[in-house]
Amino acid sequence: MKTATKNVSGSQNIIKSISGAEAVIRCLLEENVDLIYGYPGGAIMPIYDELYKFQDKLQHVLTRHEQGATHAAQGYARTSGRVGVAMATSGPGATNLVTGIADAQIDSTPMVCITGQVASHLLGSDAFQETDIIGISTPVTKWNYQITKASEIPEIMAKAFYIARSGRPGPVLIDITKDAQFDTFDFSYKKCTLVRSYKAVPEIEMNQIQAAADIINQAKKPFIVFGQGVILGEAEAEFKAFVEKTGIPAAWTILGLSALPTDHPSNVGMVGMHGNYGPNMLTNECDVLLAMGMRFDDRVTGNLETYAKQAKVIHFEIDPAEVNKNVMADVAVMGNIKETLTKITPLVEEKSHTSWFQKFKDFDAIEYEKVIKNELNPIKEGLSMGEVIKEINNASGGDAVIVSDVGQHQMIACRYAKFNQSKSNVTSGGLGTMGFALPAALGAKMGAPEREVVAIIGDGGYQMTIQELGTIFQTQAAVKIVVLNNDFLGMVRQWQQLFFDKRYASTEMVNPDFVTIAKGYFIDAQRVTKREDLANAVQNMMASKKPYFLEVCVEKENNVFPMIPSGASVSDIRLE
Amino acid sequence: MEATKIFTISIYSENNVGLLNRISAIFLKRHINIRSLNTSPSEIENVFRFVIVVKMTEEKVKKVVKQLDKQIEVIKAYYHTDEETIYQESALYKVKSDSLFDERHIQNIIKDSHANIVTVSREFFVIEKTGFRHETEKLYKDLEPYGLLQFVRSGRISVTKTPMKISDILK
Repeated sequence: MKTATKNVSGSQNIIKSISGAEAVIRCLLEENVDLIYGYPGGAIMPIYDELYKFQDKLQHVLTRHEQGATHAAQGYARTSGRVGVAMATSGPGATNLVTGIADAQIDSTPMVCITGQVASHLLGSDAFQETDIIGISTPVTKWNYQITKASEIPEIMAKAFYIARSGRPGPVLIDITKDAQFDTFDFSYKKCTLVRSYKAVPEIEMNQIQAAADIINQAKKPFIVFGQGVILGEAEAEFKAFVEKTGIPAAWTILGLSALPTDHPSNVGMVGMHGNYGPNMLTNECDVLLAMGMRFDDRVTGNLETYAKQAKVIHFEIDPAEVNKNVMADVAVMGNIKETLTKITPLVEEKSHTSWFQKFKDFDAIEYEKVIKNELNPIKEGLSMGEVIKEINNASGGDAVIVSDVGQHQMIACRYAKFNQSKSNVTSGGLGTMGFALPAALGAKMGAPEREVVAIIGDGGYQMTIQELGTIFQTQAAVKIVVLNNDFLGMVRQWQQLFFDKRYASTEMVNPDFVTIAKGYFIDAQRVTKREDLANAVQNMMASKKPYFLEVCVEKENNVFPMIPSGASVSDIRLE
Repeated sequence: MEATKIFTISIYSENNVGLLNRISAIFLKRHINIRSLNTSPSEIENVFRFVIVVKMTEEKVKKVVKQLDKQIEVIKAYYHTDEETIYQESALYKVKSDSLFDERHIQNIIKDSHANIVTVSREFFVIEKTGFRHETEKLYKDLEPYGLLQFVRSGRISVTKTPMKISDILK
């Protein structure tokens, strides 16, 4: 088959005299992009015109707001492991991307954003829909570049994809002036494999690996905290092998969730502000702390002055700027975690640490009595968020992708959702972007169409990007949308209750009829207010082959516990 | 708390539009005031060099340098103490020509300070002095009584005592 022979490093055949706009599409195809999210407008019309011509090869999803395009691209990237692509016009189109770009930057999500820009002769003249998106996006992009000549397009696009996906992934923004889209040139494409000023992955140093192995082999109470690095490095199998051989209890950060199945015997739960009791308490008791593909976010560590001071810290990390940033490492194991784990596992001894594990179980028992029991099997009349997650677990068996927004429901979803496989927990971690979940769920479903995708959203965040119901309806992506409605901005209300003497400043919401809104978008919808209706409603939703909306009216003033108050030590975690 | 001191940050980079913005954003993000900044070509063709002077703790400068180094177009970033570098600043002093001829003393000031006269016209003359901060400041104080029409001082330029090996990184 002649047509099947494709040069893996890109087709270097020259296509004579094509427009910059066509070149952009051809670059995307060379990077195996088959799906992009975006919104057209004046300065990007030449590219949209080419999209029209290439629509059999490249699907464009019209979101209802550019922010939705970025979150959808993020959701797509998180479940597929590929680079998400979002596109927008200049000015307001470009500025609307910024929240999603900032979210992708702090959560290390590979994304390429393409923005149209006014013609190069108008740059700096305050032209219609001109904004300095390069200046605006600089602090929140891994890299950005403004193209003013059509001939720059292939090299810059190749570089953009390479930078977005390599090393510690992140968002790249390419701004293309309108004249560069119109101008013609002779096109050829070569994939980027090297940028001389950029070292994607640090070199592995065997002495660091040996030093780490020696400490691990001597440890009596070692403890692993794993983050998204394990997922981004596609090191789940290597990680599992390491955990099983060393017998070390392993806890996850919110973005590390699903890298190890939640019911794996070594999985001891979540660390951080609303994490589990044992992992937080025992952070301050372990003798060796292994941080694997995580960055010691303040929501994980609490007060750094009292964080794991007794422990030797081994930090497995791909980004040198993260080492010693928040927590000093005794040994930094630099490199791609898939490779460093492969190298260290033969050097560590097989152990079980039974009595150390027992401590986690003892704390689990306390947490179960004080918190979990009431959350999952409440005796109060009002529905809890936890029992909704429990029903979803029952229906999914742990096989669903859970996309959560930001707030109480997110913490409950991350605490209680079951996961059997990786790339299943999609949430806005570092930036805490309300409005993330609905568009991200659409992207997550398109990134993993064979999987069940359930969005768990609060009534606040839902209304920030509710217009993406239109996109879900138009694409018919079979996303299951669950709104846990407590008529409050629940997490802020919780803080107001605990730390601001119950002064509920602007956190109570008077909400519309969400079911009617969903039906207005021709999406099947149901509302649950009573416990006896919950299981059936969840099962009906999960059985649907179409997009589905379920509103669950939950107890208005429930709090998420355990909780480490802001600025407190991890071992000052409160159960009530 | 660790004491703050002066550090010279050297950044070798590609010469691309917008990189200065990306570099300054890292200082902005951490609320750090830049004391001086100089950009110029380096010893390597097409490689630019930033010399940035800051006052902060060593713990903090380490983190900032790592974040600078992480930027795609930064080839390598370093920080050094004053003891580890050879550094100079340049200053220009514009003085009324009358003073040069009327005030004999001013000629001694120029001679004693090892300053150079760059240009002389009917209206004004321009003196240049390169040296340490205290030297350019002393000349400023000495000339001030005669009426300085303009004064400007460059950012610090510096070379390190130890090699930076940028060519090795680029290989």
